[in-house]
Amino acid sequence: MKIVLSWLRDFVDIDMPLDQLARLLTMAGLEVEEVRLVGLPMPPMEKHEFKFTGLSWDADKIVVAQINEVMSHPNADRLVLCKLWDGQQEHIVLTGAPNLFPYKGQGSLSAPLKVAYAKEGARIYDGHQSGQVLTTLKRAKIRGVESYSMVCSEKELGISDEHEGVIILDDDAPTGMPLVEYMGDAVFEISILPNMIRNACHLGVAREIAALTGKPLRMPVSKMPADGPSIEDQVRIEITDPSLNPRFVFGLIRGVRSQPSPYWVQRRLRLAGMRPINSTVDATNYVMLEINQPLHAFDYDVLVQRAGGKPPTVITRPAYPGEKLTTLDNVERTLDPFTIMVTDTAGALSLAGVMGGLESEITENTQNVLLEGATWNFVNIRRTVAAQRLPSEAAYRFSRGIHPALAMQGVQLCLDRMAQWSGGQIASGFVDAYPEPLVDPRVVITTEDVQRSLGIHLSAEQVADLLSRLEFTCQVEGERITVQTPPHRLDIGQGVVGVADLIEEIARIYGYDNIPASRLADTLPEQKGNPSLEMEEKIKDILVGLGLQEVITYRLTSPEREARLLPPGLSLGDVSYYVRLQNPIAADRCVMRRSLLSSVLEVLEHNIRLRDHLAFFEIGPVYIPQQDELLPDEKPQLVIVLSGCRDLPSWDQPEVQMMDFYDLKGIIESLLGGLCVQDVKYEPSDDPVFHPGKCARILVGDADIGVFGELHPLIMERFDFESAGSPVLAAEIDFDALLYAIPSRREIKPVPLFPPVLEDIAVVVDEDISSDRVMAVIVETGGALLTDVRLFDVYRGEQVGQGKKSLAYKLTYQAPDRTLTDAEATRIRQRIIDALGEQLDAQLRG
Amino acid sequence: MAQYEELLQKLEEIQSNALNSLEKVETETDLQTWRTAHLGRNAAVMQIFTQLGQVSKEQRPLLGQRANQVKLALETAFEEREETLKKIALQETLVRDRLDVTLPGRRPIRGRLHPATQTLRRIFAIFAEMGFQIYRSRDVETDEYNFELLNIPAYHPARDMWDTFFTTTPGVLLRTHTSPGQIHIMRENAPNPVRVILPGMCYRYEQISARSEIQFNQVELLVVGRNITFGDFKGTLTDFARRMFGGHARTRLRPSYFPFTEPSAEMDVECFVCGGKGCSVCKGCGWLEIMGCGMVHPVVLQNGGYDPNEFSGFAAGMGPERITMLLHCVDDIRYFWGNDVRFLEQF
Ligand SMILES: [Zn+2]
Repeated sequence: MKIVLSWLRDFVDIDMPLDQLARLLTMAGLEVEEVRLVGLPMPPMEKHEFKFTGLSWDADKIVVAQINEVMSHPNADRLVLCKLWDGQQEHIVLTGAPNLFPYKGQGSLSAPLKVAYAKEGARIYDGHQSGQVLTTLKRAKIRGVESYSMVCSEKELGISDEHEGVIILDDDAPTGMPLVEYMGDAVFEISILPNMIRNACHLGVAREIAALTGKPLRMPVSKMPADGPSIEDQVRIEITDPSLNPRFVFGLIRGVRSQPSPYWVQRRLRLAGMRPINSTVDATNYVMLEINQPLHAFDYDVLVQRAGGKPPTVITRPAYPGEKLTTLDNVERTLDPFTIMVTDTAGALSLAGVMGGLESEITENTQNVLLEGATWNFVNIRRTVAAQRLPSEAAYRFSRGIHPALAMQGVQLCLDRMAQWSGGQIASGFVDAYPEPLVDPRVVITTEDVQRSLGIHLSAEQVADLLSRLEFTCQVEGERITVQTPPHRLDIGQGVVGVADLIEEIARIYGYDNIPASRLADTLPEQKGNPSLEMEEKIKDILVGLGLQEVITYRLTSPEREARLLPPGLSLGDVSYYVRLQNPIAADRCVMRRSLLSSVLEVLEHNIRLRDHLAFFEIGPVYIPQQDELLPDEKPQLVIVLSGCRDLPSWDQPEVQMMDFYDLKGIIESLLGGLCVQDVKYEPSDDPVFHPGKCARILVGDADIGVFGELHPLIMERFDFESAGSPVLAAEIDFDALLYAIPSRREIKPVPLFPPVLEDIAVVVDEDISSDRVMAVIVETGGALLTDVRLFDVYRGEQVGQGKKSLAYKLTYQAPDRTLTDAEATRIRQRIIDALGEQLDAQLRG
Repeated sequence: MAQYEELLQKLEEIQSNALNSLEKVETETDLQTWRTAHLGRNAAVMQIFTQLGQVSKEQRPLLGQRANQVKLALETAFEEREETLKKIALQETLVRDRLDVTLPGRRPIRGRLHPATQTLRRIFAIFAEMGFQIYRSRDVETDEYNFELLNIPAYHPARDMWDTFFTTTPGVLLRTHTSPGQIHIMRENAPNPVRVILPGMCYRYEQISARSEIQFNQVELLVVGRNITFGDFKGTLTDFARRMFGGHARTRLRPSYFPFTEPSAEMDVECFVCGGKGCSVCKGCGWLEIMGCGMVHPVVLQNGGYDPNEFSGFAAGMGPERITMLLHCVDDIRYFWGNDVRFLEQF
């Protein structure tokens, strides 16, 4: 919202520097995003705090001047020479402004033209370059005539982009006065909070400033007499549903003549971001920016004609199914039943609160204006704006709620402005349909309420004073204040909500800065912890310690992206397979993921050429729709992905080895070991994502907690992994199952006091006997005194024969209470060898 | 008689010859040869002991004593020489083994947490010390929990504040903030007091750009109790900002609007890049907006199962990615889920 400083000053005195005003507003919830200087000097500031832009006008060099005569240029048709008086001396100024051409050759003007005059050395914007490029006026010869000064356009002074002609000021502009003094200004770009729509106008912001500074607020006044024939009997209003259209007011003005508005009106509208049209239309926009009430002007004669020459009847109602209207922008629109229509007996006239219809709109030639000021249900306006994609200044306000009291004030003020700027006679009286007048909330608040919420003690009188500054009417009885909401705001509720609404207003005007900070003194709630999160953090720490990089990926993906992990020939199944978005932002982010592995493999794909060693993990949910459940299961998963070399190549060891299945298995073993998970088994798995011979399932007891292995070559082909020249290893672990497998407590064994007996054995077994089985026999047979077994060599070759392999183990025997003798160790060893021979047909390797 | 003098004279010669030759010994091998020659069984000084019988009884002990002195002197000299040679040898080895210390070291492969996790943990740690516990809730939510119970009815103007992803199931959406967790935790705890932080991934229907993402982490705070005031919320957040952004961090609370809090505020921290003078990070204004906050709205308390006439509370929400960006001058939010190692490795 663009708020113009000079306009604010119509309603409240402002004597503080611009940055202080910006701070005052910001700290009251009217955040100033930018201050644009339109002539005024930059305030001195130690710290920036606000973004200042725009142009300051040099008081000596840019002044109000008057053109006394416009003469043709001796050598150029498209230029004129102006005889100009700047209050001190006469100048001949060259210009090509088309709006001065009509005065050419009229001799000395009876009414001199007041203009903005820039002298040599003035800093202004270059009118001929696009955007705002600063330039300094220099002496030059143009077509044989010396030029050193300029009559300025709005663009050159930074008022607007307008560069078609020069500014022609109102006649009462004092010649010789520095322009900054005459109309130096600033525009505050304020972001309006959704509950502060009342401040989307100059009176609203002025009211806030008045409340914050304690200065009085001046309300806008009407000056013109309303003494034409009464409006009564000239138009009728029928409201079919007061909940959609609480109030509808008509005023009438006859005999208007549209013309350009006074320059100061045009300038204010432009600074506030609206384009001046003509004095009649401008009046409706001006009043909206002034007090917030959007207004709509009908050509009265068109309505009379539509009514067959009789006084028209205007009806408001919801649109009929399939009803159509051609709006002002010349678009034929099909309407929804939630759209409110303004109609007459002949049909639709306008989309209430959103946009007028083409037929009844006023034109340059309209003489009699029927002016509508109405209030609409904000929900219906919002839905219409969304359905028709038709945002407008009026709809912006109506869709957030405008108080019905403003309808009458708006019509009254607007008729007055029309009469001032377009002439004409205002009909006396109004036609006002207000079937169920709004009762503004009355809220009882106590000093205890304030104390309890804000933590500060304010007396009842202080509370009443703060609220009165915002025009609340307060009655104090002891510690109770009965507060009547003023008739311009809809954001105050009833009862306990109303109390909270008032406390916010009290805090805002009192100043958030003035409320002292304290520390929580309330009872500390029962401390429960969050075991699953704590364990998740521990798992992340272990994985990071094992050299893995955590990644966090998009949880939105597409079935096509995830299909890369599907085995050939398998399709995705029906749509209920995914949590699907109704309004995806992009086709490749249209569902919630079902596969975390797919997301992490995309990360690997992105980085594959960037590093020799890549090791990633992510812990995050996948989303599985549930039959008969509204919401999906959000199942957390752990995915690990490895690719590239095992160690980073170094200057003394340029040879590198690629990671394989056992690197990933080692990480999983270390993770499970770090979490003290017991009873872990690995079994070959036929998961189709993985290489059929290089894939294992992780079992904890009987529970399957996940799968890992080398990616299947056919799956690899679907990713851009080729250049890596390394297998891709991946693990997919059910995170909840993993958490479940972690023992809640564990015992630490005493450090052994007696020396161990160490021994190696190597056995030869058939190739198809897994090392796991050999190990199981050793552990079982070894009993309690066998405290550690470690496989340290696997050998295949001539020495052991075809179809055989040799497995070598380091055995550690140890007793907790004595030093073991060699004889004891030998007995255990023999039992192990016997058992291996019996159960696995293993031979001791000599 | 002459024999005695002769032998004494010989001892002197033996000693000086031996010591002279020891001075020329430079290697360990030569040293051992010298030892055999001058202190071995057949060494000259040892020969003297066999000749003791050739002198008189009275002279015998004197000669023996002298021979011992010579032997001892040679032994001592040997040890000293041996020590010196060792030192020289060591010195040579040390010089020979000198490395180019400027060659790069062998770095173990280091893992890292994602930057968003790192910031989340800092936030968790600070609030944990103030007694806040962590409560997580789901990503896919109902309209009821994401909006309606938070005092945001359908078509309310405040709905414009959240561009929402809706699912094809009516009434089901991707949460736009972690605030639905407020209702969940309150309903689980009422009427007991609550002091939690609610972290989680949230989603907004926005074009992905350097400044906006469709997915982002949020951390919310929620405190509900019988005596919670605006002052408490100001104090708690100020303490947090001081710990997160440094002891000198200046903050301010500025009125704002959220449907689920009232009074509502925005907390700004003075730009720590420029110290408030204005820079590109703070877009020239000297302040950085870091969280939205406020006293819990009575309707939300009611929906959570607390009587707003007895209970009060505050809530605040912040974005860990945004905080990370501000702390490290990161200018593109897309880096976070882009997971490019060249970004991740810098944390
Ligand atoms: Zn800065």
